[in-house]
Order: sequence, then C-alpha cells, then structure tokens
Amino acid sequence: MSLAKRIIPCLDVDRGRVVKGINFVGIRDAGDPVEVAKRYNQQNADEITFLDITASHEGRGTTLDMVSRIASEVFIPLTVGGGIRTCEDIRALLNAGADKVSINTTAVTHPEFVREAAERFGSQCIVVAIDAKQVSTEGEPLKWEVFTHGGRKETGLDAVEWARKMVEYGAGEILLTSMDRDGTRQGFNLPMTRAISDAVSVPVIASGGVGSLDDLVAGVKEGGADAVLAASIFHFGEHTVEDAKRYMADHGIEMRL
Amino acid sequence: MTIAVIDYGMGNLHSVAKALEHVGDERVTITRDARAIKGATRVVLPGQGAIRDCMGELERTQLKGLVNELLTDADKPLLGICVGQQMLMSHSEENGGVHCLDYLPGKVKRFDDTMTDNEGHRLKVPHMGWNRVDQHHMHPLWEGIATGERFYFVHSYFVSAENDAHVFGTTRYGHHQAHIATGRDAVFAVQFHPEKSAGVGLKLLENFVHWAP
Repeated sequence: MSLAKRIIPCLDVDRGRVVKGINFVGIRDAGDPVEVAKRYNQQNADEITFLDITASHEGRGTTLDMVSRIASEVFIPLTVGGGIRTCEDIRALLNAGADKVSINTTAVTHPEFVREAAERFGSQCIVVAIDAKQVSTEGEPLKWEVFTHGGRKETGLDAVEWARKMVEYGAGEILLTSMDRDGTRQGFNLPMTRAISDAVSVPVIASGGVGSLDDLVAGVKEGGADAVLAASIFHFGEHTVEDAKRYMADHGIEMRL
Repeated sequence: MTIAVIDYGMGNLHSVAKALEHVGDERVTITRDARAIKGATRVVLPGQGAIRDCMGELERTQLKGLVNELLTDADKPLLGICVGQQMLMSHSEENGGVHCLDYLPGKVKRFDDTMTDNEGHRLKVPHMGWNRVDQHHMHPLWEGIATGERFYFVHSYFVSAENDAHVFGTTRYGHHQAHIATGRDAVFAVQFHPEKSAGVGLKLLENFVHWAP
C-alpha cells in the first residue's frame, strides 16, 4: 500500500479574498487567494479547496477569474465549492481551471443533480460535501444527521445513508464536515468520520474542527479518512502544511514528503 | 511550433493546456480541427470519464482515424493522459467490454473493490491521490525525475500491457501492479495527471515538450 494520505488546505473565499469564519461569525481576512494558494503549493500541499461564500451573483465572476489565475500558477488539484446549482456552474468552473467541484445544498434539494453532473463531467470531478452533526443523545446509539445552510437547517437525512446514496448517484469523493466541531478546534467528529469512511467505496475527506496536528493524525488513524482538510491552523502561520505532513509521517502515516 | 490538445469532448483540458504553457514556449491549442491537429508539432490525447464514452466521442467527432494515423507518425510525439493512456490498449473491461485503439497489446482492468490495507480497512476505488511511480525502463520523459516519485492519480481502471518493452512505469495499489506509463516509438502515455502532479509532473511535461524521438 503506497498511496499517500492527503492534506488539503481550505480557503473560504468571499469576493476574491480568503476569509475564515470561526463558528460562522468573526471573519478574519487571510489574504489574496493566489498568494495563499502559491504559499500552500510551495509547502507541498496535496490539493487545495476553495469554498466560495460570495453571496451575490455578480461576485461569481470574481471567483472564476480567481480560479483561472490560480490554475495558471499552481499545478495540483483544485476543488471549488459553494453555490453550485447547475451544470453550467460546473462547466464554467472547470473551464476556469478547477479540477473538481464540491456540491452541497443542491445535492440535498435535488439529488438527481449529482447524477446528472457525474454523468456529464465524470465522477472524478464531483465531490459531494456533507455537513453533519451528531443528533443522538448520550446513551442512545450514535446517529448523525445532514444539515444545510451552515449547520442551521436540518434535513432529516441520516448522514451515513446519505453518503451511501450520493456515492451511488456518482459522487467520486465525500467531503465530510463535522458541523458540531467546525470552528471549535476540538478535532474531527471521529466516530462519524469512521462510520462514513467504512460505509462508502470512495475516498472521504475529513473536515471541521482541526485545532492541532494530532487532530489530523486522528482523522486518518481513528477516523479512517483518506484526506484531511483544514483552514485556520494553516492560514495564520501556526503550522505549515509541510510541518503537518512530516508530523503525520512521523506518526506512521504514509505521506508525500 | 504548436502543441495540440485533442478536444473530442471528454474532460477538462484546460489544466493540461495551462501546464504545457507554463513549461514551454510552444503555442498550446485545444482543438478538434483535423488540420490544426495534423499541423501541430506534438499532440496530447487526454481522456476522462467512462472509456465507452471516450471511444464513442472519438468516433463521433471523426477523430479516431486521425488518432490512429498520429500513433504511427514517428515524427510527432504523442502524450496520452489518463483514459488517453487506456484507449491505446486493445480492450477495456469497463462498461461491459470496450474495444480500444489497439496500438499496444494489452487490457484495461478494474481495481479489485475488496482490497484492504494492513489494518483491514478497505482500499478505496477510485485510486485517488499521490502514489509512487517506479520507473520500469529508462525513457527520455523520465529525465530528471527519480524513480519512486509520487504523481497524482484518479482512476478505477488500469492498464495491463502484454509486452514488457511497452511498460515504462508501474505503481502498486493493493495487490495490483498497474502499468501506469506505457509507450512505443513516439508515443508515451501515463495514467496519472502530470498537469496536477506539482514539480515532478511539470518536469515530465517539460521533457515531453523537448522530446525528439
């Protein structure tokens, strides 16, 4: 077995600037996305993910331009998510230089869209993002539910079943965010990550809650994740991606160093 | 001096075009125009998605004959990428069995879904991410790249060539030894994505741009 586990720095982007919401409030500016992407590339990041949180339609053009500028300088896989509703949205992002797109809310409201997108563009570029929280209380069997709208809106969907269904519909990868952990720096929801990773045939990216390098190690070793995604621990210079990879390798995880 | 990236309607060709522009001075064009492709100095045959669709689109766009011609043109280097590598083989077991271009004898097979790692956890299919490439034979496209370097992959099917002389690189995933770099004469083809494989990938593309077989 020689496939490396991946580290994916994530950039939340609003109108062409990198930001990171902490519990979705208190946004701090982390800079120009092209510069940030280049920095992560130099630090040996395995991929980069952008979540476009631009609300306005006009702001979308800025995102495409940003993706295009990054894709001309950074030659590792680029994933873009946020507000993707139509095949036309996907086509525009792929043409700008994105390699994969991440579909979240629209997958919940129109699951057939995932099937259509996978058939048209290939599963290899369709990531389905699942935001989920634990809904069982102590003493009950563990249960997680899918949420949308930044964790505010419940869907009634069981996260494990949903992940299976999305893979059946053509998702090539699952980006799983622990919504009860996102922004808390307490680590991934490991039982949920493990349950979903074991349930699906495709790679699972763990996201949400990374506060330390040990959290990344646990995501792979205990959560069974194929890749780990983090934002704030890298944005503010606490750790470089390179350090994180070395740390994971020192803990017995196969990495690209 | 032009590099033509053949656009027969399958997949995202912008990444590979951008990477080729980055490493060389040659003009890069994404095209399905037979004259433009014939007039190019070198050619890239990409491919993404299901192989039946790739072969079907190649026929529908009437480029199949041209690609067959290019494959036997000793003066025009051709680089196959991803399904573009697989299509060069005789046959693929994907989509219930698909006849391919039959440039190299051999098959395209699926990774076993039931493989597990040392701890008993399932190995995911698609094989997605950075894996080691062992250089099986020397080739000008490996120049400056160490054996064992990692390249970026995303695929569920892999090439198994019959003739050892056609195999230039291998990658292990589970119990499979995939022939991830194959070629003959002026043709070189890889399963991984050099355009997404950071420095080593750019180096391979640079070698292709300078390759004079």
